[in-house]
Amino acid sequence: MSEKKYWKSFGELNLSESYKKDQENEFREDLPSVLDDGKGMMDSKHPRRDFLKYLGFSTAAATLAASCEMPVRHVVPYLVKPDNMVPGVADYYATTFISGGDAVSIVAKVRDGRPIKLEGNELSGVTKGGTSARVQASILDLYDTARLRYPVQMVNNVPQEVTSFEAFDKLVSDSMAGQKGTFVLLTPTITSVTTKLVIADCLSKYPGSRHVQYDADSFSGMLLANEASFGKRSIPSYHFENAKVIVSLGADFLGTWLSPIEFARQYATGRKIDEKAPAMNRHYQFESLLSMTGANADVRYTHKPSESAAVALALLAAVGGAVSAPSLPENLKAGVSVAARDLLANKGKSLVVSGSNSKEVQTIVNAINEAVGANGTTITWEAENLTRQGIDSEFAKLVSDMNQGAISTLLIYDVNPVYDNPNSKNFKAGLAKVKTTVSFSGRLDETTELCKYILPSPHFLERWGDAQPRTGSVSMMQPVIAPLFRTRPFEDSLMIWSGNKTSYDNFFKQYWTAKLGGYNGYEKALQDGVVDQMTTLAGVVAPLTGAKYNAGSLAAAASAISSMKKGGTYEMILYQQVSMGTGAQSNNPWLLELPDPITRGTWDNYAMVSPNFIKEQYGINLSDHNQSDKFESHPERQVVRLKSGNSELLIPVVAVPGMPDAVFAIAVGYGRESADPKNTGAYIGLAAVGAGKNVYPFAWDNGTTVEWIVPEVSFEKTTEVYKVAQVQIHGSYEGRTSVIKELALSEFVKEPEEILDDRKKEMSKFGGIENFEKEGTLYPYADKPGIHWGMQIDLNSCVGCGACVVACHAENNVSIVGKNEVLRYHDMHWLRIDRYFTGNLADPNSIETVFQPMLCQHCDNAPCENVCPVSATNHSTEGLNQMAYNRCIGTRYCANNCPFKVRRFNWEDYTGADSFPNNQDQNGVGKLNESVLMMNDDLTRMVLNPDVVVRSRGVMEKCSFCVQRLQDGKLKAKKENRVFTDGDVKTACQQACPTEAIVFGNINNTKSAIVKARQENEHRLYHVLEELHVLPNISYLAKVRNPESEAKEKA
Amino acid sequence: MAQDGKALFQSDCASCHNPIKQVTGPALKGVTARVPDQKLLHAWIRNNSAVLASGNKYFNDLYIQFGKTPMNTFPQLTDAEIDAILKYVETYPEPGGGGAKNPNEGPATQTLESDNSLLYGILTLILAVIMLVLLQVNSNLRKLSDDKSGVPSHDPIPFYRNKVYLTFLGLVLFVIGGYYIVQAAIGLGRQQNYQPEQPIFFSHKVHPGTNQISCLYCHGGAWDSKMAGVPSLNVCMNCHAAINDYKGEPLYRANGKEVDATGEIQKLYSYTGYDPKSGKYTEPGKQIEWVKIHNLPDHVYFNHSQHIRAGKVQCQTCHGSITEMNEVKQFSELSMGWCINCHRTTKVNFPDSAGNGNKFYSIYEKFHQNLSTGKMDSVTVENIGGTECQKCHY
Repeated sequence: MSEKKYWKSFGELNLSESYKKDQENEFREDLPSVLDDGKGMMDSKHPRRDFLKYLGFSTAAATLAASCEMPVRHVVPYLVKPDNMVPGVADYYATTFISGGDAVSIVAKVRDGRPIKLEGNELSGVTKGGTSARVQASILDLYDTARLRYPVQMVNNVPQEVTSFEAFDKLVSDSMAGQKGTFVLLTPTITSVTTKLVIADCLSKYPGSRHVQYDADSFSGMLLANEASFGKRSIPSYHFENAKVIVSLGADFLGTWLSPIEFARQYATGRKIDEKAPAMNRHYQFESLLSMTGANADVRYTHKPSESAAVALALLAAVGGAVSAPSLPENLKAGVSVAARDLLANKGKSLVVSGSNSKEVQTIVNAINEAVGANGTTITWEAENLTRQGIDSEFAKLVSDMNQGAISTLLIYDVNPVYDNPNSKNFKAGLAKVKTTVSFSGRLDETTELCKYILPSPHFLERWGDAQPRTGSVSMMQPVIAPLFRTRPFEDSLMIWSGNKTSYDNFFKQYWTAKLGGYNGYEKALQDGVVDQMTTLAGVVAPLTGAKYNAGSLAAAASAISSMKKGGTYEMILYQQVSMGTGAQSNNPWLLELPDPITRGTWDNYAMVSPNFIKEQYGINLSDHNQSDKFESHPERQVVRLKSGNSELLIPVVAVPGMPDAVFAIAVGYGRESADPKNTGAYIGLAAVGAGKNVYPFAWDNGTTVEWIVPEVSFEKTTEVYKVAQVQIHGSYEGRTSVIKELALSEFVKEPEEILDDRKKEMSKFGGIENFEKEGTLYPYADKPGIHWGMQIDLNSCVGCGACVVACHAENNVSIVGKNEVLRYHDMHWLRIDRYFTGNLADPNSIETVFQPMLCQHCDNAPCENVCPVSATNHSTEGLNQMAYNRCIGTRYCANNCPFKVRRFNWEDYTGADSFPNNQDQNGVGKLNESVLMMNDDLTRMVLNPDVVVRSRGVMEKCSFCVQRLQDGKLKAKKENRVFTDGDVKTACQQACPTEAIVFGNINNTKSAIVKARQENEHRLYHVLEELHVLPNISYLAKVRNPESEAKEKA
Repeated sequence: MAQDGKALFQSDCASCHNPIKQVTGPALKGVTARVPDQKLLHAWIRNNSAVLASGNKYFNDLYIQFGKTPMNTFPQLTDAEIDAILKYVETYPEPGGGGAKNPNEGPATQTLESDNSLLYGILTLILAVIMLVLLQVNSNLRKLSDDKSGVPSHDPIPFYRNKVYLTFLGLVLFVIGGYYIVQAAIGLGRQQNYQPEQPIFFSHKVHPGTNQISCLYCHGGAWDSKMAGVPSLNVCMNCHAAINDYKGEPLYRANGKEVDATGEIQKLYSYTGYDPKSGKYTEPGKQIEWVKIHNLPDHVYFNHSQHIRAGKVQCQTCHGSITEMNEVKQFSELSMGWCINCHRTTKVNFPDSAGNGNKFYSIYEKFHQNLSTGKMDSVTVENIGGTECQKCHY
């Protein structure tokens, strides 16, 4: 095993002064001292006598207040109880997550009529039960306080309620009267079979009307390239699981590209290691920033954004394409040739994907895939990916038509081009020229507030529907809660306005009843939530046929690339964060507070830059022992001014190892703002106010498609600073290194028992691994007579996506603390995904990244338990490190003594759980953000899990292994009079994980999955900080990378 | 295994039938005489609609007589079970002291322990006074003897200024006061014997008591859910659509006032919007805001189904003799100590070699060994982690 040094922050890398100081003072929190002024106690501001007076008074007052009458509580039963529900018992309904073109089959947990948690649907052939952070967080969007609650009409830019749907219909039809009766419907990609039929029917009633699909993260380049190469304007299915060699040209396919849940699972199957015959795929990443996918790569090369097309072309030349290789820097060239050799050596088992939205680049990628035999093996056309169908030029044409006054009616559903289109200004101007503008969006977003009539559509959990993310795989949608507000599906409006008498719900039911062979089939489909492999259902899917590759368009693409704009001194690339995506869920505090996997930043976007940039521009050498603190020891980050064309932006910079030099990488999806910024809180949402900057205006239209690569930006330093709330800079392992274990595949094959031997050696003093628990301590051995819970996390499968973190929030009522509190290191995540760097700061290609989910390790010899003065945290006979909130008095000794730094303290009354009014108004010690208070709104609180208590101020909390699920699972087995099995319990993180990196179960049962997983992976298994004899119940499997050592040497 | 006819009757029949009273359905005592064909009677009980369809005159007449209210079907009942029910019905004692009282019926006779604390208190007080007097006499005598023997002595200190007495008094007051303050503080937030007035005078004495309706008929949530639940009004109306007056013994409130029980049933009709004359729901229903009696703090997780299904605890163990309560009051103190005490002493339904008991616990191999070797005589809830924090707090 290599002796690599892993670090979380520059301070840790250099062991800087401030890092050491922080480490010493990690838990020091100054108390307001009364003696600072040097005067005696009686002369100080708060003398002891005052203290005693207040103490006496408050004790008496509290006694009086408490001894007054108990509040009278009421129970109000149903008049007529629905037959299929029992209060207190959760029901599960299969439905579908929809956001733009994305569709994920989910199962909603409904308690007493309100959905409180979403899980992946394991029956889905596409996602196979996986979820993403955004899917997990979407439950909170249902209870968003900024949702539009009734239809409105904008009068002088002020929304006015329209009292009924009929009145609204009349308003619209009056407004449309006298016009030719044509309209344009602008939507995101529609994957729904029935919605498409409704739209087609409506369009046929109004000849001359058209439907434009628009995607903020457009795939037009690929759609057009595939049309040229395969004769199909469509996206094929990718099979990462069949690939031995994966080359990604800037595609973040594990985080945000196309269908990340599906791809992450496929990718992880190729990276799970069978110890008997260790093998795994090799992943090359060529990119212009450090993406989450790049962080997982085995071999990674960085390049300037403007070189991305040239890299693709060079790769094509290197795999034998009929093109001439463009000039590239030497090390990049070497990297390309190594990747090409590897691709060719694994012909038919390799796959190349590109994140570019340029038709030319995608054409080249198609040619590469043809050359390496990917078509038909790792790329198949039998089932197409239907989640992106928008063509940028169609939207551009709409904008020009609007500006020419050719459009009289525009219906907008669920898209927000005023915010997320580079052509936003023209679109806005055009919108003013359209006589009738109707929006069906659920909130008054930037586009909607400029429309005249707004009829909100329900949230996807409140409606019927279907989605077909892949041909032949339909996911059904059913309402799991009665609509909270006066909303109507936009399909209903289209049907009513085209004179259709039935409602969409009825149409949906009739359609699927007929297609699925009667009512029973329909009911089964709703129950399962998915109808997979519907190759036989005529009319639902086009006949599935393969596609033939045709190189006709290749030469033109190659020549277009060689004449592409060359990069300037500074370049910029826009990217999506796994949390925020395109910004559709940007009022979601769970997502805003989810730390970015790479930067660990929350609540904002920022420009990622290389450490070299900081050195050159600010004279701070981040690898210097004395200098790195100047950059890092405070949250203030230098603000730069970036300019390109007419767009200008002031944004803080964050140094990220592994970033190429002279490149700014900025995430889209932030900086939401209403036309009048004062309205942002009310229209878009309180959490979105002030969260980052909008960088969509920097994207540009290259004539065919929208590019997120900005080849030239001018850059200027400013004197301003801006606080960026990053986590994980605090909390240290005090120099202990047995946290991350990583090794190369070749090493592992050569010496499979290296880690095991290390552990054996370490524990030989105590009679070896088997006897370590009993021999390594003076304490008696505590029995676990029944169940003993254990978890295993495979670092090789974890891609760092953060779905587990949000799932944990939703399941355990973990509170949001807001940016101000994150800045004070008061973040509350029970489960965090630590990110470690290793490599040479100056060389971005040498940087390797490791993700490690870190949560309470439920140590069987837990250091936290011994120091609690009130025994609020103690051990159960099932191996759980229990935390009794009501017993906790907040000494924080336990957090001080936890070597893993996983205990979280409620510094403030984040949940409003305390009985004192005004307890959240803590101006004295730091103001809570509006977004925290928003989470305490009666509407938002509907998302709380009623089986888990909300914690109040002054108590410690931490991961409980989802004890409410454990107790429920055991009870289920008891009621059914049988032995407890693996299937009875899954922790929230385990269930959310798209790559099945987490295994959980009873380690006393020799047949359980966890015992099997530990036995089968004996060689990679380790416990973090095992030498401390804390005896964690969580084990990790060491990360294995598969670099081609030659590749690195040559480079 | 002997069938428990009473339990079966209460869970399956009592919601509509009483052995000796005509309620939704006919009084059942004597049914075996009225329907001598045992086979026919069994068929009727299992699936009455089939019997009706077969055109049996007796049952069709009965059906019409009872307003064509269909009876539930009970296909799951075995012959032995039906016989047990019938046996229970036929041996049900006549009211008014006719038959001998079934020894299983009625409350267990309690040996009333007379409360002697008052007596002891008075005795203590008298002894204390005597002690004081004696002390006073003693000191006076000593003074006298001192005077006599010429030992100089200082003036006597009156007892109310005697520091020994004052200190002693202070200590006593502190102990007594402290005791009561601590007791009162422990009692904060506890509501034992809480008996609020409810919007409708619903008598548990009449329903599960006299009429022997199973608890789960109304509080079915207790079987499946953490909450027992208050029945929705349609459950009330299952019976009260037909029962619109009360003819039983007079009912009294806690303050001794007699209750117009028929009027209380009318209240139910006004909540549900039911018109008993036409037998139809003519008004929109209103919800009833019952006053919640048993309140646990938010940080306690309690699950009814765990206790009654896995733990096989009777409702009465925690709720008291509910069948005696006209107005329900909180029987137990519902404190943590009370919970823990029960968890410490209650035995777990451990599986034995004969296959009885809950198979879930078969994983506790060590306890099984201890049981077989005699190291343990039983396994309590505490042994399997029943007193750990996260059994109830999470």
